[in-house]
Parts: sequence; structure tokens; C-alpha cells
Amino acid sequence: MNPPVSRMQSELQAGTFTITAEIGPPKGVNLDPVIAEAEHSLKSDRIAAVNVTDIQTAVMRAGSLVGCKRLLDVGIEPVLQMVTRDRNRLALQSDLLSAYILGVRNVLCLTGDHVSLGDHPQAKCVYDLDSVGLLQAIAALEAGHDLGRDRKGNLNELDGVPTFFKGACVTPCADEIGPQILKMEKKVAAGAQFFQTQAVYDPHAFEAFMKQVEHIQTPILVGIVMLKNAGMAKYMNRSVPGVQVPDAILQRLTDCAKEDRQKVSIEICAELIREMNPLCQGAHLMTLGWDHCVPDIIEQADVN
Amino acid sequence: MIVAERKPMDEILEMLAPYKKVLVLGCGSCVTVCITGGEKQAEELATLLNLTAQAKGLDLTAEFDCITRQCDREFVENLTKQPKDYDAVLSIACGVGAGFLSELFPDTPILPGLNTTFYGANVAEGIWAEYCHGCGDCVLGWTGGICPIARCSKSLLNGSCGGTDQGHCEVDPEMDCVWLLIYQRLESLGRLDNLRKLRPPKDWSKDRGKGVRRLTHKELAAIEEENAQ
Repeated sequence: MNPPVSRMQSELQAGTFTITAEIGPPKGVNLDPVIAEAEHSLKSDRIAAVNVTDIQTAVMRAGSLVGCKRLLDVGIEPVLQMVTRDRNRLALQSDLLSAYILGVRNVLCLTGDHVSLGDHPQAKCVYDLDSVGLLQAIAALEAGHDLGRDRKGNLNELDGVPTFFKGACVTPCADEIGPQILKMEKKVAAGAQFFQTQAVYDPHAFEAFMKQVEHIQTPILVGIVMLKNAGMAKYMNRSVPGVQVPDAILQRLTDCAKEDRQKVSIEICAELIREMNPLCQGAHLMTLGWDHCVPDIIEQADVN
Repeated sequence: MIVAERKPMDEILEMLAPYKKVLVLGCGSCVTVCITGGEKQAEELATLLNLTAQAKGLDLTAEFDCITRQCDREFVENLTKQPKDYDAVLSIACGVGAGFLSELFPDTPILPGLNTTFYGANVAEGIWAEYCHGCGDCVLGWTGGICPIARCSKSLLNGSCGGTDQGHCEVDPEMDCVWLLIYQRLESLGRLDNLRKLRPPKDWSKDRGKGVRRLTHKELAAIEEENAQ
């Protein structure tokens, strides 16, 4: 086993139940509050790394790389999210080199929501590579060359070779699980070293999924998107593919008083982590701006 | 076949604004089949333009003609009306026809009356759907005859993205997730190993990566040259 290149990889190799969180850069240049909030709430012994989203949901905003750099500046290990929607292989490989130069070691490879779902539906989709192709690009860089060739047909050698901790995504509760697992296997074959999943709210469904992927040795961090209220849970059920919020959780959010919502939301997250802790290698918390809840979630989850 | 649809009338009228006498020119091939650019549609559009001009008090008259194929030099000889006799030609062929005529008639503005949309097939009465993207490097051989380049919204090469939902695409619930169809077809053919194989990223240079594409049949070109000599 190669020596770990990041704290996140090191924790997963050590068998620690690894927790990651997530921040999203703003639409605008006001990044300071996001970083300050992360420094206050996410800089912790229990949080291995913090993902920075990449033009999430195809809504234009500041980039993932700058968010990662600013996290590094305040002593938080970042996970660079990269979608293949907006940049071709030249730009993706270049950004990977830039990220490595800046000190970024964890990368999450994603395809990215279609532009038609975002706020610039007139934009041209790129998708020169897909998520598997991006993993292949990183593997090439790590092998000391890029995806191209020189005029004689030889590989282009890099002047300084990066090594990343490479991740990908999977949707455990997708309605058609066969194609999900096949693609997951391809991601592993292409070099994926960890998975952060789409949101899961049903530990039984997750257990069934984990049984089906027992043959895959790659660590899996179960994804949990914080449900801020019943409306959001209903929205997830209606509009987010492969995500089902069970009735029991929906009912708790519906029944609780408005002033208790955050408390209940924290409890739900903590319970989910506690229940899925034995099933997987970590949890990825997506709090959608409620970073301040993370310490309480982790404390209540009480995982080792 | 090439599928095209008519431009909005307002856009056509704006294009025609500088011109008084216009020839609406249909094409007897693909756009006749998809009922947007054939002889009948040329006649209808000319009539509509004349009526609109009358109603709006515009100084515009339109006539029509149609040839078998606007993308082939030999059929242009069959024109019964000559472009030079008009201020402009409104071609309701695909973009190939309109573009090729522009080359053949450099002195007459050739304007597009259609938006060329895709290479498709007639999948049901009155419905055409996209089946090929013209990427220059056909993958149908290992995708069960279902094209992910043309029929996956993201032209993915390794299977469904996270947006697949009950067999539909995140872009539009009416749209199939074609990667599920590919998976199911290969599964039923016993060829899922086609998908398991890790392939290098697609070579898009065969799409538009090397600029404008052309096909040369060397033997035919040589005969042509000999004949010319």
C-alpha cells in the first residue's frame, strides 16, 4: 500500500470511521464568510476533509479550486470536486496540476448536473470526459504523463508528477442498481480510491446496497444531506433522482415546532450516521450552509 | 435523415426585411420527409409570406420552387426559377442545402428558412427523434446499437450519471435514460462485458477536433481529374 497523500486517505487506511463535510463557494466574491464559518465549525479532529463543490447544480459561482486553497490557508484539508461538464481535458488536467501545486491532494470526480438544470441553460455542455474519463486522466498524470501525445506519437512527460487521493460518487438507492454497480466497478478500475455517495436516508436500503458491493474493497463514505424542514424532504423525494426520504423522517420534520427544526434535523443526521456506521467506512455531511450544526451532529452520532 | 424545423415567422420576416422579391426554395429530400421543407411547405410558406406582407403592408412578394436535392450540383439544373431573378432565396432545405446554394449562387443572398436540428428517424406518426450525432467514430458496435453520443444528454461513455431516474433523463422526464436502455439491451444479449471494458477517453478529433470534415473517395476523384484532362 502506498503511503497516504492526505489526512483523509490516512484515516481511511487506518480504519477510522472518516467524516467529511462540504462547503459551496458563493455566487460572487464574498468567500470570506464561507471560509470563516468552515474554520469555526469544520476545523476539527473528527473531520478529515471538507469538499468544495464545483459549480454545483450548474448554477454559476466561484470555483472549487479557490475554495480549496482558502481552506488550506486556514488549516482545513480540502476535497476538490471536479465536474466534467464545464471544462475539456486540457482544462481539467491543467486544473489538476494547479490544484496539486497549491497543495490539494483529495479529488472527487463527478460528471456534473446538466446545464439545462442550472441558471445558464444556454451554455454549451462540454463532457469531453465523463467521471470515469476524469479518473483515467488523473491516473495518467500520476503515471507521469498526460492524455495527449507529442507529434511523434510519444507520451508527453510531466515535469513533476502529482499523486492524488481520488474519489467518485455512487447512488446507493438508485432505482436501477445494476448499472450503478457496473459503473462503480469501472470507476474502481479507473483508479477510484474512495466513494462519497448520494444522499441516503434509509439504513436498510443502504445495507442492501452494501451487500451488493461487498466485492468492492474501496472505502465508502455514506452521503447525508441535512434535511432542514419537511418541504425540503418532500422536494428531495420529488426531484432528486435516487434519493428517498422515508415517511418516518418526513413525519418527524412535519410534526416538530418551527423553532425545533434545527435540533430535529441534527438528531436525524446523527441517528443516520450511528445506524450506518457499522455498514461503511465513513460519512459525508452535506449541510447546505448549516456548517454550525456539524459539531453537534458528530457529538450526537458518537462514532469511533 | 436530416431533420429540420421551420424558423419562427418573426425571424424569417426580419431576415427578409431588406428584400422585396423572394424565392422560397424547397428541397425534395430529408426535409420533405419530415414535412418541413418540401415543395408543399415551400408553396405554403410563400403563400403565408404574401398574406403576411399584405396584412402588414410590407413591400414583399414571394414565389416558390423545389428541387430534388439542394446539396447536389446536378439537381440545381432543374430549377424552374432562377435565383438571380430574385432579391433573395429563402432556402427551406437543411443547412447543407442553404450553405451549398450560397456557394453556387454567390451573387444572391441565400437565407435559411429552417433550423437544422439533428440526424434522426421517424419513430411514430409525426415524431422524429435523434439517433446519430455524426461524431465520426461510431460506437454502436459495443453499445447494443443504441448511441450514447446522440441519445445521452451528456454523451457519456461509461454508463448512467446520477441524474438517471426511473428510466428517464434528468434533463426531461419525457426523455429516456439511454444508458439504462443500453444496459438492458446488452444484458438481454448477454454482452454486458462490452460495458465492463475500460476504454480510453473518446477521440473527439473525429468529431470537430480537426476542423471542417470532408470525405474523399480517391478513385472517384482520380476519374474526375482524368475526365477533366
